[in-house]
Amino acid sequence: MSTGELKKGGWADQDHVPGIKSELLELNMGPQHPATHGVLRLLLKTDGEIVYQVTPVLGYLHRCAEKIAEGVNYKQWVVYTDRFDYLAPMCCNHAYVTAVEKLMEVEVPRRAEHLRVVTAELSRIASHLIALATFGLDMGAWTPLLYCFREREEILNLLERISGGRMLYNYMVPGGVRYDVPNDGWVESVLEFITMLENKKIKDYNDLLTYNKIFIERTADVGVIDEATAKAYGCTGPVLRGSGVKFDCRRDDSYSIYDKFDFEIPVGMGEQGTVGDCWDRYIVRVREIEQSCRIIRQALESLPDGSVQAIDLIKPVKVPVGAAYSRTESAKGELGHYIISDGGQTAFRNKVRSPSFCNLQVVEKVGVGQMVSDLVALVGSLDIVLGEIDR
Amino acid sequence: MTIVYEALAKIGFMFALIMGMVVVLIWMERKGAAYIQDRTGPNRAAILGVRLAGLVHPVADVFKLLFKEDVTPTNRHRALYNLAPWLVMTVALSTYAVIPFGDFLTVAGRRIPLVVADLDVGMLYILAVASLGTYGVVLAGWAANNKFTFLGGLRATAQMISYEINMGLALLGLMLVFGSLRVTDITAGQGALLWGFIPMWGVVVQPLGFLLFITTVYAETNRNPFDLPEGESEIVAGYHLEYSSMKFALFFMAEYAHMVIGAALISTLYFGGYQVPWLPRPALESHAGLLLTGTLIFTLVMSLLIAFAFLRRASRERGKFQDARDREPGLGAGLWLIIGLAAAAGLTRQPWAVGSAGAEVFASLAQVGVFLFKLVFFAWLFIWVRWTLPRFRYDQLMNLGWKVMLPLGVANLLVTALVMAVV
Repeated sequence: MSTGELKKGGWADQDHVPGIKSELLELNMGPQHPATHGVLRLLLKTDGEIVYQVTPVLGYLHRCAEKIAEGVNYKQWVVYTDRFDYLAPMCCNHAYVTAVEKLMEVEVPRRAEHLRVVTAELSRIASHLIALATFGLDMGAWTPLLYCFREREEILNLLERISGGRMLYNYMVPGGVRYDVPNDGWVESVLEFITMLENKKIKDYNDLLTYNKIFIERTADVGVIDEATAKAYGCTGPVLRGSGVKFDCRRDDSYSIYDKFDFEIPVGMGEQGTVGDCWDRYIVRVREIEQSCRIIRQALESLPDGSVQAIDLIKPVKVPVGAAYSRTESAKGELGHYIISDGGQTAFRNKVRSPSFCNLQVVEKVGVGQMVSDLVALVGSLDIVLGEIDR
Repeated sequence: MTIVYEALAKIGFMFALIMGMVVVLIWMERKGAAYIQDRTGPNRAAILGVRLAGLVHPVADVFKLLFKEDVTPTNRHRALYNLAPWLVMTVALSTYAVIPFGDFLTVAGRRIPLVVADLDVGMLYILAVASLGTYGVVLAGWAANNKFTFLGGLRATAQMISYEINMGLALLGLMLVFGSLRVTDITAGQGALLWGFIPMWGVVVQPLGFLLFITTVYAETNRNPFDLPEGESEIVAGYHLEYSSMKFALFFMAEYAHMVIGAALISTLYFGGYQVPWLPRPALESHAGLLLTGTLIFTLVMSLLIAFAFLRRASRERGKFQDARDREPGLGAGLWLIIGLAAAAGLTRQPWAVGSAGAEVFASLAQVGVFLFKLVFFAWLFIWVRWTLPRFRYDQLMNLGWKVMLPLGVANLLVTALVMAVV
């Protein structure tokens, strides 16, 4: 179906039978809908099952987090970053503290950097596991959901042991991390877990879901985001890499100590259909889990000794006048924090560039001309988190 | 009058069987899903602290749904909205009339065929009633006046109509092989042996037809991978979105009743129904003493072993919960000991020298038991598939139905007809 035909409203918007008016069906998907992954509302115009227009309506989860940043001090605002992408809070912590440290020009201890990388990558794995799980669920496969959640539970246990929190950690602070590794064999537990994940569990997911014929039918050649569109809409993360662009902030604009590690950047290659289809975005996440395991192993095997905090946390954080922007690779894509400081206790302005927000916009273009079920696949494969979109 | 009582008794038995199976299947689905998904499943609901491995949950569900508020949309079509769930349920139950659950039973010198209605055109009846099932779903989708239910209803219509054609084609091959439209004839025909050693089951003589039929049955019951009419992640709950309380319960029960019927049809038409492989009715009766003794000894040994396992658990977990749950292993052991005692009591009555009347009753019961076993197995297959596969898309479903299964069905029919003409 050509775009021009769709703009006119296609078949359904014309009166074919004299005296009978036919019109497009307006369908309200969300904010309460099982497949919109939160309180996203999609306003659809459909001809039966074919989507002619899709408008994402946002703002149901807006909590004024950026405004709050102007009222609370730098250490306190870390807890708000936890609540952006609540499926990978460590990555959000990491992005924010990187920006503050850029402003403060403070040297973070090596051990703290290693722990940041390990926890952030564990968080990324947890987030990708949920992405696989819910994507499978959108396709009607229930069982992978429970399998992925079973493994995520292990990650939550590990992160609870190091940070005290199961979902919202508040673990990283400007200048380092809050707690050192606990004395209960945490490092060995993490290594054991990632070995199990690499050797056994990912194979399970592939057998059950990835190479399932029906699953491939449902996702290959569906919701194709070509390279130009992905770049034009500012897509990042697995969505951009799914479209075949080899871009990853961890490698191309390296922050923290990611340049010390050896890992690959998986990209979509159109193995089952076109480059940039839903299956490609899915498989990029599966392969990124493997790469995250590699990073974690390297970071833990070279874990240096020493302190984990560069500044005295009891005193207020002193941030000089100035502005800084940090870009980091969160689980969903490029997460940026732009902080303007006037030298006071709180930030003058704090702007967040959230990957889910930019990734979601592509729905308006790519969702057109597909069936309602394909739109569900598309939204599922973008792996959005509403906490991050609305902030 | 006797014939009326007989019919009523058989209808009552069928109704009780389906309703009982619905409860068991809900339990099986929840527990089965739990084991497939590596979790425990329902185990909280209890009667006096006894949980019966989650079997109390379906009962609790029924009470919950009975007492729930019946929320209805304002702009519904009142009559059709109220009619739809009953229509679905009635149709689901009436398919069962032509399915034989045993050969015959002799009571007081009367030979009673174990089927509610032994129609000449039983196969046509199955197809006709299956088509009626569409109405309930479509009416439910339309009368609720909701766009999601409407889409669900539309999907259901297209899906059921497309797959009925394939179902008919698959069954035509079977009718050719057994030369009858009567379900009892087809079941009786499957008691024969092919080349003297393979049971002439439908699946043996019509393997492709079986595959087509089982696929269409899955589509007709609206179960995964064909659960588009209620595709949870796409159209929320599809056609029964606006139903609550007992009206929803009727849809829910109808789904499981359809599963029971699907499983019964598969086992009746393609797996010999009540036929015990290699043991036709005369053999069952003449060897009744031996078989009965064997069954009793097997029951005795197994129940003693299970009771022993329960007792070990009871001693191992003594005082584990400090409440009524501690009584569960003892209760289980007691239950199995009673079964074992019953078997032992049966053994003291010299089952090897059973009379001819007893042999007939035993043969009938054995056939009903075998039928139930096959039925439960295929019902489990439904559950197994549902928790393993993703869902099709609407157009893929249509492609599969019209472009793949229809030509295969026609080819199957032609080949069957040719073979039948030559042989």
